[in-house]
Amino acid sequence: MPNVNEIADYAQQSANKLGIKKYDIYGSTVDATSVQVERGEPKQVKASNLSGVTVRVWNENNTLGVTSTTDVDAKGLELALKTAYEASFFGVKENVPDFSPEATVPIIHKPGTKYPQAPVSQLIENLLAAEKQLLSMHPAIKGVPYNNLAQRDVDRFYLNSDGAIRAESHSLVSIYLYSKTEQEGKKPRSAGAFRISHSLDTLDIKGCIQETAEKTISHLNYEKIKSGKYTVVFSPDAFLSLLDAFSNLFNAQNILDKQSLSTPDDLGKQIASPTFSVCDDALHPANVGAETFDGEGTPTRRVSVIENGILTGFLHSAGTAKRLNAQPTGNANIGAKVTVSPNFYHVFAGAPAPQQLSLETAENVVFIDDLQALHAGVNSLQGSFSLPFDGWIVNKGVKTSIESATVAGDFLQLLKSIIFVEKEEELTPAGVCPRIWVEELSITGE
Amino acid sequence: MLTNTLLLSKQLPTLQYSSTPERFDETWEAPLSILLGLGRAAGADFIEFFLERVNYISCLAEEDTITSITPRLSTGAGVRVFRGKADCYVSTNDISFSGLKAALEKALSILGLQLPGPNAFIPEINLELLRDYAAKRGKDSWLPLCSSIAEMGEILLDSTAQLQRKAKHIQSRRSSYFRDWQEVLVAASDGTFARDIRLTQSAGLSLLCADGAHRTSMGERSGNTSDPNFLKTWDYQQLAEQIAASALNMLYADYVESGTYPIIMANHFGGVIFHEACGHLLETTQIERQTTPFADKKGEKIAHESLTAWDEGRTENAFGTIDMDDEGMPAQRTLLIEKGVLKNFLADRAGSWRTGHPRTGSGRRQNFTFAAASRMRNTYIAPGDYTTEDLFASIDKGIYCKKMGGGSVGATGQFNFGVDEAYLIENGKITKPLKGAILIGEAKEIMNKISMCSQDLSLAPGFCGSVSGSIYTTVGQPHIKVDAITVGGR
Repeated sequence: MPNVNEIADYAQQSANKLGIKKYDIYGSTVDATSVQVERGEPKQVKASNLSGVTVRVWNENNTLGVTSTTDVDAKGLELALKTAYEASFFGVKENVPDFSPEATVPIIHKPGTKYPQAPVSQLIENLLAAEKQLLSMHPAIKGVPYNNLAQRDVDRFYLNSDGAIRAESHSLVSIYLYSKTEQEGKKPRSAGAFRISHSLDTLDIKGCIQETAEKTISHLNYEKIKSGKYTVVFSPDAFLSLLDAFSNLFNAQNILDKQSLSTPDDLGKQIASPTFSVCDDALHPANVGAETFDGEGTPTRRVSVIENGILTGFLHSAGTAKRLNAQPTGNANIGAKVTVSPNFYHVFAGAPAPQQLSLETAENVVFIDDLQALHAGVNSLQGSFSLPFDGWIVNKGVKTSIESATVAGDFLQLLKSIIFVEKEEELTPAGVCPRIWVEELSITGE
Repeated sequence: MLTNTLLLSKQLPTLQYSSTPERFDETWEAPLSILLGLGRAAGADFIEFFLERVNYISCLAEEDTITSITPRLSTGAGVRVFRGKADCYVSTNDISFSGLKAALEKALSILGLQLPGPNAFIPEINLELLRDYAAKRGKDSWLPLCSSIAEMGEILLDSTAQLQRKAKHIQSRRSSYFRDWQEVLVAASDGTFARDIRLTQSAGLSLLCADGAHRTSMGERSGNTSDPNFLKTWDYQQLAEQIAASALNMLYADYVESGTYPIIMANHFGGVIFHEACGHLLETTQIERQTTPFADKKGEKIAHESLTAWDEGRTENAFGTIDMDDEGMPAQRTLLIEKGVLKNFLADRAGSWRTGHPRTGSGRRQNFTFAAASRMRNTYIAPGDYTTEDLFASIDKGIYCKKMGGGSVGATGQFNFGVDEAYLIENGKITKPLKGAILIGEAKEIMNKISMCSQDLSLAPGFCGSVSGSIYTTVGQPHIKVDAITVGGR
């Protein structure tokens, strides 16, 4: 893809030619390589270098049209501007999106950097070694059906006809291992783990192998669980996947569209236990893929969403902020309809809990490691969920794997039923979070 | 210009090709056969190019306003290279000769192969005469016949107005439409050379209703793969009536009590149970990963004798219908299970090589950034001998799953899917609506519990996400009875 200055020049020339006065462009290039292995042999290597831009054009009547294209040369950009201009006459007439007032504000936070990509042969070698080691960790582990070692460089930019121009780059490397067991007379069991870093050198492959093996082995001896109400401890990964599924709670666009469990009037209300707090923090030091501006060029930042159980803020685009008399928060995704999404969660303890809880001393609690099928079992508009999970029943530190069960409830009720937020935070792909204890959740087993 | 004499590697930079990025046609034969020959000369066992151009548009109406019109134009190619059973897939936006050559070179180098030296001869790959499914079926004229932006807007706004008229306690109402026009060209070193155009359209309505603490959401989509007039003839009035009635039924529904029940699953989208619980496990991808319990069961009984199931790409206008798959193979009708006995797996090219099962025209992918994999097309349980009334009459206490949500199957064969609209069955009769149900089971076990199939087969459009991305599929079945299944609830 041409660099951001070349794209700005192409766009300016095409806009002049087409008589377009107001436009903005968001784009990215992703250079990615990933490898998979299977029983000691490389299975598939994928590589790509893909670019794409989204062009927004405002016409003389100030209505907006959008086009996305992967043809990021002068000709492709001209066609995209022309198509967007044609579409603009069918754009909304009320609450028309505009440039972010913060698109030209200087960004203080230092952008990420790119690290040299590792040779593909090294990726294969590392993944083969990881598979071999994982298979050697227990005789019951018979395969690693899902495995992936991937690296990617991301270049992204935003520019507009008022002179805003931003660009940044970062590198990501990740590994995913998911092993499966086979034992005579027993059901197959499985578990996985994930790690992410800036470069292969710093990627915790060993930790990923260890965690995958430990989890998989811990599920070998399983028992059914009796259906009933239990105190449930969510792993950081499980809790963040559930929080994210209900993120319409604090998504200003969803709220304005009436596609949320919240209304604008809910700000300041106690919606969760006082012991629970959450921020959206794109710039958290643990976020290896941190981005310093959103799709509208607004700088990202730390946004308090729930503090001591009180709903304190929404995630905004420039448009939702204007409509709700707030500041943009750097959570916008550019499009004909600008959408809003979280960047990186940071969940932490709020007010002190009435009692300190520990898996070492608790009796008969369910520890949920991984929630599954969220796309099927979450009704984010009703607030309800009913989800299969991988986990254990824990008695004074002794974990016994649960054969097959689901957890169900109402998410707003769950937030109010949080009884303890542990101190130790863990990094997950969605953010950082400690274990979260919730009382009285329905578990269906036998 | 391609010469008649044997080509030397060093002559490549001097070649000029007239192939045009604006259309995939016979002019691509020369550059692609040269590139395929180049790959073979480098030592690759097999090379395939997949070229794609997409013209996509989506439109969203919320309440009485069009809030989003999003066109997307995309061009790209993927090259897949095999060396032994290892393969490498490289994708690029650049479909010029040099762009494709660079992608090929990268794929070769990843597999430890190099382009031949300057004095090496490039072997000629004789591609078949272009098999042009688009030309054969007049598809080149389809795109301009589709609804204009103005027409999309009018129809979508009228459909949300229908929801306003027919539903009660409305919190929000939406209508959406997309048109996905895709032109593809496949050329491979076994001589495959084929082109197709796919026109996939879908329109849907959704409704969110609230009354105090009671909330419910309901939605339904229609889909089509080859009718440019689809949107013009979309029966949104009937659809609006249907989801308004369902939403009202579910608004005050009680949560289902968890437990094990006999269930009746409705026809149409109820077929998602077979798709998730069995269909995925019959893809050779799953055999390769050793994640299917059916890998060595071909010819054996894996399901109740009342169950026969198909996967095919040929039903006129169904959402998973394709004239050729993404590896250039014509679509087939594949019998999966006959009276409970496993007959066939679904195989793409690589899956066939790696597992020994014959290709079935099932190599599919979302777009050029994915290598093809064995995937489903139109997948359904065949009609049985019973009436729907027979199914209900056989249940004293159970659950009628009228409208299914999505679902998934895990690496150990455990599946689950949500139920958007459910009712309690007592003494063979529907008595009250239930919400919050999720069905959970083991694929291997559930297939033997589908004991009754009625005669009312109906197909429904769906979207299936898996290793080669999100693709358009059809699920389907008649009403079926499952003797016992775990229902997660409260």
